[in-house]
Amino acid sequence: MGEPVATARGVVKRFGGKHARPALDHVDMTVTAGRITGLVGPDGAGKTTMIRLLAGLMRPDAGEIAILGRQPAQALDDLGYMPQRFGLYEDLTVRQNLDLYAEVRALPPEEREATYKRLLEFTDLARFQERLAGKLSGGMKQKLGLACALVKTPRLLLLDEPGVGVDPISRRELWAMVGELVSEGIGVLWSTAYLDEAEKCDSVVLLNEGRLLFNGPPHELTDTIAERVIRVTGFQSRRRRFLIRALDRADVIDGTIQGRSVRLLLQGGAPAPAPADFADGDALAIEPAPPRFEDGFIEILGGGPKGTSALAERYRTIPESDALAIEAKGLTKRFGDFVAARDMNFAIPRGQIFGLLGPNGAGKSTTFKMLCGLLTPSEGTGSVAGNDLRRSAADARAALGYMAQKFSLYGDLSVRQNLDFFAGAYGLGRHAARDAIAAMIEIFELGDTLDMNAGTLPLGFKQRLALACAVMHEPPVLFLDEPTSGVDPVARREFWTHINGLVEKGVTVLVTTHFMDEAEYCDRVTLIYHAEQIATGAPDDLKARAARASGAADPTMEDAFIALIEESNHQARAAA
Amino acid sequence: MGRLVAMIVKETWALLRDPKSRIILVVPPLLQLFIFTYATTLDVRNVDIGILDRAGGQHAGELLSRIAGSPNFRKLIYLRSIDELRAAIDDQKVIAAIIIDQDFDRAIEHGGQATIGLVLDGRRSNAAQIVAGYLGEIVAGMSTDILPGATADPDPGGVVVTNWYNPNLDYMWFTLPSLVAIIVSVSGLAVTSQTVARERELGTFDQLMVSPLRVHEILIGKMIPPMMVGIFNGVLFVILAGAVFHVPFTGSFLLLLMALCVYLLALVGIGLLVSAASQTQQQAFLGSFLVMVPLILLSGYASPIDNMPGWLQIVTYGDPLSYFLVISQGLFLKAMPAAAVFQQVWPLAVIACVTLTAAAWLFRARME
Repeated sequence: MGEPVATARGVVKRFGGKHARPALDHVDMTVTAGRITGLVGPDGAGKTTMIRLLAGLMRPDAGEIAILGRQPAQALDDLGYMPQRFGLYEDLTVRQNLDLYAEVRALPPEEREATYKRLLEFTDLARFQERLAGKLSGGMKQKLGLACALVKTPRLLLLDEPGVGVDPISRRELWAMVGELVSEGIGVLWSTAYLDEAEKCDSVVLLNEGRLLFNGPPHELTDTIAERVIRVTGFQSRRRRFLIRALDRADVIDGTIQGRSVRLLLQGGAPAPAPADFADGDALAIEPAPPRFEDGFIEILGGGPKGTSALAERYRTIPESDALAIEAKGLTKRFGDFVAARDMNFAIPRGQIFGLLGPNGAGKSTTFKMLCGLLTPSEGTGSVAGNDLRRSAADARAALGYMAQKFSLYGDLSVRQNLDFFAGAYGLGRHAARDAIAAMIEIFELGDTLDMNAGTLPLGFKQRLALACAVMHEPPVLFLDEPTSGVDPVARREFWTHINGLVEKGVTVLVTTHFMDEAEYCDRVTLIYHAEQIATGAPDDLKARAARASGAADPTMEDAFIALIEESNHQARAAA
Repeated sequence: MGRLVAMIVKETWALLRDPKSRIILVVPPLLQLFIFTYATTLDVRNVDIGILDRAGGQHAGELLSRIAGSPNFRKLIYLRSIDELRAAIDDQKVIAAIIIDQDFDRAIEHGGQATIGLVLDGRRSNAAQIVAGYLGEIVAGMSTDILPGATADPDPGGVVVTNWYNPNLDYMWFTLPSLVAIIVSVSGLAVTSQTVARERELGTFDQLMVSPLRVHEILIGKMIPPMMVGIFNGVLFVILAGAVFHVPFTGSFLLLLMALCVYLLALVGIGLLVSAASQTQQQAFLGSFLVMVPLILLSGYASPIDNMPGWLQIVTYGDPLSYFLVISQGLFLKAMPAAAVFQQVWPLAVIACVTLTAAAWLFRARME
């Protein structure tokens, strides 16, 4: 057990006025030498504020902070800090960035060569010394950012969301690198919105809306729910229907789809249900499943939503049809010499969720944008709800609902005005618009926020409003671009409850995501890497394929993702 | 139609919902109108005149007290030598200096021709010319008074000048109608140039593009609010011009309103062009500046178009402000008849067609 390198006691920080909700509300935490402390929470939880306080960039309104026993700003020589957007100078080369940081941190010139050599080796960037930082991939930028934070070996290393914008392979490499630093006795604070990363930390500080929800080793949280996570397989009904029914039971507080099985979190104190309780065929089997950090988070937040979606209840049933809801035929997009997406082919029948998976910059957004009409394909064609993208783009647009990655409604208009606008923009008549808006307000509980500026809503409400605006005209096809980035797990469940319900009504969904557990909701996914589709199939099939390739039993979706990318890299190398 | 209405309502809210932005739309243009009206004075007042009096007699004293009594000059600065005079002009302490020679009084008493020297600061040529005019009047007035012969023979020839449309040559009558047009243009262009760029910057552009809204619906939706603001400001300024500054409005108000609408269409087209070309609000802001300066300089406001070189005069045919300035001045001061207004309006309509079509084209081309 190492000594504490950073401690915070009762820290409060407010932005904008005495009455504003504090960004941090009496938070205690400790970072220990030689360990990875995870600062975990959804966007807006206060992670960056906490890190900036520790780095001495701001003062707390109340409470005490000590870095290595001193005031935060006095310990700068022993502090390494990597801000969220890398803190790199994109117009300088890798080498020049290192020089700059060495200069700023007053590294003696005679030590520089040795330090650079060590860091470039450590980060595997030696080959790219002369490349401009702006031209590096997301993963390489993070590694360079880390190297820059390490030019003078710190005793405390603050990493603000190093996993964002990084593909799974680079993310794994980053973890390995940080693991090495920790073994040298450095205390690392790793902030993240990905709950699966929390499980890899030695200790976790869980924040939500500025409040400390949990502080301790992750297993302490998962232990509290150890016996209460089950996996159900072999049911007869469709998996989404089964999940909806299971969630509506009183003894189930959360549930997710995992390939062809369903994972449930049970109410504490209730007896575990027997297979017959679900009344869904004789083959139904129940087995205990290992609890995850996310389950614990949901337990603290009081459980997820129930299974029935009021939105889906109200939605029209999309007529049965054999026609494809979405089709991509050889879609290719070039920007000059650069091919952003090459020869994309897939066909999505009515009432399915299809996922586009891939690292940032691989081409999934390009493919997505071609299908919803934001980009004109250089080659190939596609159709949405039977409307050819090239010939009847406006009809195709009228048939789809769209939810963008970042909040992209009108932030300086009120919630009500946003609803009014999108109802009008999608051509709803006066009565239809009034009914639809009233229904959305009720379903998404927007009543108290109607006059607020949409931009000032809490993240979860922004997401609800975005979904409301996308589905008011009851489109047969939904396009979702990273729909749940950064929101808390309960809001994410709520979102998927609605989507699952809509799909049961025959809506077809195209989703891009880098959350591997979201990929599990998809009927089929296609993995996009280096602008090409490298694998397409049901999540379970891809996992099985990865298991055959790597020999690992029961791989997660992320394992499958990594195995398939490595396989593709091998093939590329063999071909070259 | 429902889609278009939704778009117009949304754009109007976007512009007017924030109380701060409502104030910004009206108050700064109003302040500009007041400040510029007083600042762009063409009268020369509050200037100092240098005096190098080597005569010191009675007539010289009479001349100096007449100059000192003129409302156009602030004070007389007495100088002792040519060197002091040079320094005073160099340091811009005085705009002009009068040199009265030693034999000035003697020459007048002998009924002869007395002359005075006048040194002007040629760096401020316009103002200096006007000062020379003022001084000339004073000297002429004095010579008629002290030379009785002159009164017996009242001006045998010469020119009688009458200034039509602005009989008292009140500079405000000339500048204010132009300022109304220019300030309406500046604020209208600034508002329009932000609209598309703001959507791009805030990420709402994609959301708009995936909706079934057609390009023309989006653009019309974006045109209406700036035009409303322009019409509001324009009407307000015209009323203020009469009520506060007492500049008469002699023409037809309806004609002005119609011309203003056509002019705003042309202007909004330019604003949308700038906006469609910009990725961020900052670019749009700089872009609107880039357009605004030549728009004003080539309009004939600062210097007459007839004085520009021929090739530049051709360029000014494309400047919508040059037509609207003619209309504004004409309707304010000389009750411009409808036929004459239409002569200026049809080129505006042509320019509006060109700028709006170009904006739609650029908007489409830069959708990706």
